[in-house]
Amino acid sequence: MAADLLAAPGGGRDLELVGITKRFGEAVAVDDLSLRMPAGSFFALLGPSGCGKTTMLRMVAGLEVPTAGQVLIGGDDVTTTRPYRRPVNTVFQSYALFPHLDVLENVAFGLRRRRERNAEQRAMAALDMVELGPLARRRPTRLSGGQQQRVALARALVNNPAVLLLDEPLGALDLKLRRQMQVELKRIQDEVGGTTFVHVTHDQEEAMTMADTVAVMNAGRIEQLGPPQELYDLPRTPFVANFLGRSNLLPGTVVEERDGLLGVDAAGTRLLVPADRAVARSGQVLVGIRPEKVHLVAAGADEPADSTVLGPGTVADVSFSGVSTEYLVDVAGYGRMSVFTQNLGAGPGAMVGEQVRLAWSPRHAFVLVGDAPAAGPLEREAATVGAAGGTGP
Amino acid sequence: MSRPQFSLGKYLLPVYAVVAFIYLLTPIAYTFAFSFNNAGRSNLTWQRFTWDNWRNPCGAPAVCESVVNSVAIALFATLGSTVLGTMIALALVRYRFRFRSATNLLLFLPMATPEVVLGAALLAQFLNLRVNPGFTTIVIAHIMFCISFVVVTVKARVATLDPHLGEAASDLYASPRVAFWRVTFPLLLPGIAAAAMLAFSLSFDDFIITNFNSGNTDTFPKFVYVSATRGIPAQANVIGSAMFLIALLVVLIGQVLAARRRAAAEAR
Amino acid sequence: MTAALTSATAEAGAPPPPPRGSSRIAWLLLTPGLAYLVLFFVAPVAVLLLTSLYERVPDGPVGATRPALRWENYTDALVTYAPQFGRSFLYAFIATVLALAIGYPLAYVIAVRCRNRPLLQGLLLVLVIAPFFTSFILRTIAWKQILADESLVVAVLKTISLLPDDARLTATPTAVVAGLTYNFLPFMTLPIYANLERLDLRLIEAGEDLYANPAETFRRVTLPLSMPGIVAGSLLTFIPAAGDYVNSALLGTASTAMIGNVIDSRFFRVVDYPTAAALSVLLMAAILLLVAAYVRRSGTDDLL
Ligand SMILES: Nc1ncnc2c1ncn2[C@@H]1O[C@H](COP(=O)(O)OP(=O)(O)O)[C@@H](O)[C@H]1O
Ligand SMILES: [Mg+2]
Repeated sequence: MAADLLAAPGGGRDLELVGITKRFGEAVAVDDLSLRMPAGSFFALLGPSGCGKTTMLRMVAGLEVPTAGQVLIGGDDVTTTRPYRRPVNTVFQSYALFPHLDVLENVAFGLRRRRERNAEQRAMAALDMVELGPLARRRPTRLSGGQQQRVALARALVNNPAVLLLDEPLGALDLKLRRQMQVELKRIQDEVGGTTFVHVTHDQEEAMTMADTVAVMNAGRIEQLGPPQELYDLPRTPFVANFLGRSNLLPGTVVEERDGLLGVDAAGTRLLVPADRAVARSGQVLVGIRPEKVHLVAAGADEPADSTVLGPGTVADVSFSGVSTEYLVDVAGYGRMSVFTQNLGAGPGAMVGEQVRLAWSPRHAFVLVGDAPAAGPLEREAATVGAAGGTGP
Repeated sequence: MSRPQFSLGKYLLPVYAVVAFIYLLTPIAYTFAFSFNNAGRSNLTWQRFTWDNWRNPCGAPAVCESVVNSVAIALFATLGSTVLGTMIALALVRYRFRFRSATNLLLFLPMATPEVVLGAALLAQFLNLRVNPGFTTIVIAHIMFCISFVVVTVKARVATLDPHLGEAASDLYASPRVAFWRVTFPLLLPGIAAAAMLAFSLSFDDFIITNFNSGNTDTFPKFVYVSATRGIPAQANVIGSAMFLIALLVVLIGQVLAARRRAAAEAR
Repeated sequence: MTAALTSATAEAGAPPPPPRGSSRIAWLLLTPGLAYLVLFFVAPVAVLLLTSLYERVPDGPVGATRPALRWENYTDALVTYAPQFGRSFLYAFIATVLALAIGYPLAYVIAVRCRNRPLLQGLLLVLVIAPFFTSFILRTIAWKQILADESLVVAVLKTISLLPDDARLTATPTAVVAGLTYNFLPFMTLPIYANLERLDLRLIEAGEDLYANPAETFRRVTLPLSMPGIVAGSLLTFIPAAGDYVNSALLGTASTAMIGNVIDSRFFRVVDYPTAAALSVLLMAAILLLVAAYVRRSGTDDLL
């Protein structure tokens, strides 16, 4: 059956993982994970380092056999099929280009193994697609990082696989080149059509700009899956709320539900959240609000109508980052809150030490269950990434 | 590097290196010079310049036979030890297996055992088995002490390779056999060649182990050692000098070719 | 060949890739080589151990022995040949220190100073390696003749009074140690070279920034980083030097005899196999103990 797949490679086929688990001795790298990636989609797997992304890809590629569960491609079970018999190709994180072969022979490698005709012409065409035609006779060691990355991509795509796996393919490139390659990759995916792209990354912005569907992974499990806008707008776990952008999370207790709104008592203030944006409708919860959805209200000024108001608090820190300014505001009873304001040129904002109130529209708030992640280094790191790219949809 | 204190090292070190090279090469220069000596039986004092020894390197009895033996033994030993050692090196780097540390110890011990002990032990074994020492026993002994050096050399090469290359090959439809011959082996080749060269030179230059296990078979070093008491024929100097020059030439040509290839690649 | 002899150093660099794959293939690859070593290394050493306890047949033919458990072979050998043992280790130790003193700067010049001149670097490297091919016996004999009593060197040294009139250079302990140093110098230089070749010069610059003084930088940065090369080179020099008998036989006298000379003559001249075997076992054991202690102390356990 796998041989059938090989006879007619490429073309859209769904990739499906059913209850996949992978253990290395005691350690669980991937934990009972189920997932369906529709044919031809661009799927991003997003998660912190060590959460099991590479392990998952390796099981799809056949380089690792799952401890439990199944891998299905177009409905065929390939769980134990050898890697060289799967219609899957990989762009390795280190590129893994063959140093003893020139660029063209690297790209033609898979075609030659399958004794395809016109291997050389097709490899050349693939190189042209990634705009490396003129370098066909170079050794890969004499290419720049970005060029090596394109060769790796061409070497995988030329085989017209049903599924293309990309393991942090842009991780080794500098920021500018990375942005450029993100656009390029999208173009190439449109061009080849049909092939399902599975793109692994720990860069939330990369995942959101490129993918149709993003799966956020943590500790071997998928925390949440969906289109990027949806994930950003309505995170369902504290981890997602702070890994994809960042959020202010305020612990509280649900005290009422009326007119489709939940009332949450948080340290004495009544916070309103639409009931359909809540994970739970009773008990201990976290009320979340994105920093850019919060307005600073100067002492004496009026807050916008129908908004939730917190404070007053003291501005503890102001950091200017060009597009926006971040304010950290200490509000007694709630800790430190983060606020992003767009720099619209309306004069200087609040100063450190100034008393301000915080206001937001209830329809932007959401309710989660769980522990608010401590403001550890991980959260700060994720937050920085969020701030750099972070206007969100 | 331009600090004033460094100037001491800057000039002292190269001078020191030159002196060290003089020390290293003096006996070779001496050997080379005396290969042109018109000496009779014993090549101890300078007599008269002649080309005769170089024209007729096999002129002295048994010199050339010993060289032929040495080369043949070195070739067999190189072949045997390179094949066995490369296989072990691959297993050590690529696979997980029990008794790994025992294997490492077994490979380390022959390198940590002085040659007299290796030679004596093998001879005791051969005598026990009533095997007459000779050509074959020398080859057996040389393969034994070369294996560890081959393993170490090839292993060093395997360790520098991206372990994902093999996986990339299998991801690109190469079966394990094809992946090995198309990717792993060509990449290991420089390491294997270095190991083979090392094995060849260790075997060719070995005296102590050979002396224990050679019976009546002469190798070149043994020939020189044995004739030292009666006087070494100038032809031995010819052979030694020629081997030195050949080695020098081979490596230099390799160097120049590599440099030229580098230059060509830059130009591309 | 340069990459050869560098065992320890090369290991230290790259991170070990995750070993994977089936152990069946591993055993297929391992079995022939390991079987060979068991047959022609382990078994002979075992035979040597047995032989070392045999006793000689008093009135039998030359070299006749019979199985026994004669532990006195060891005590006798140790008592009789203690001076030769001491000499072996002393000479080998001095030769190793001298080879390090000569070989380290040499390796440093080739690996670091010539880094931007590949052709010069290649040439110098070849000059270190090529002596292997001249046969070390021939080179040792060349030394013997260069330093002989009637040689030019000795005459010059005597004329300028660097050498007393009645002194000589050959047939002395100095000559033997010099010969050992000479013969094993490439074994010291090459592993250190292979290590220094990979030394990141930026580390030295960073060190100079921190310590400001080249000597201190060398002591704190370069030297510790090249330790694996030094360990490998020292072992590859000390081990063969301690067991050598050629240098003593060609450049020394009976009073410079090392343990290798005794083992050789017990085997071939006296045909006293048990004593020769006992001496061999003692030598091997002593060297292994020293190597283990040295490797542990210098913190390079993963030598192979
Ligand atoms: N071959 C292996 N042996 C043991 N543990 C492994 C192996 N491969 C991965 N792991 C462990 O599994 C977890 C997930 O690793 P990985 O899939 O590489 O994470 P990611 O790619 O998300 O950074 C990590 O804790 C890692 O240490
Ligand atoms: Mg990874």
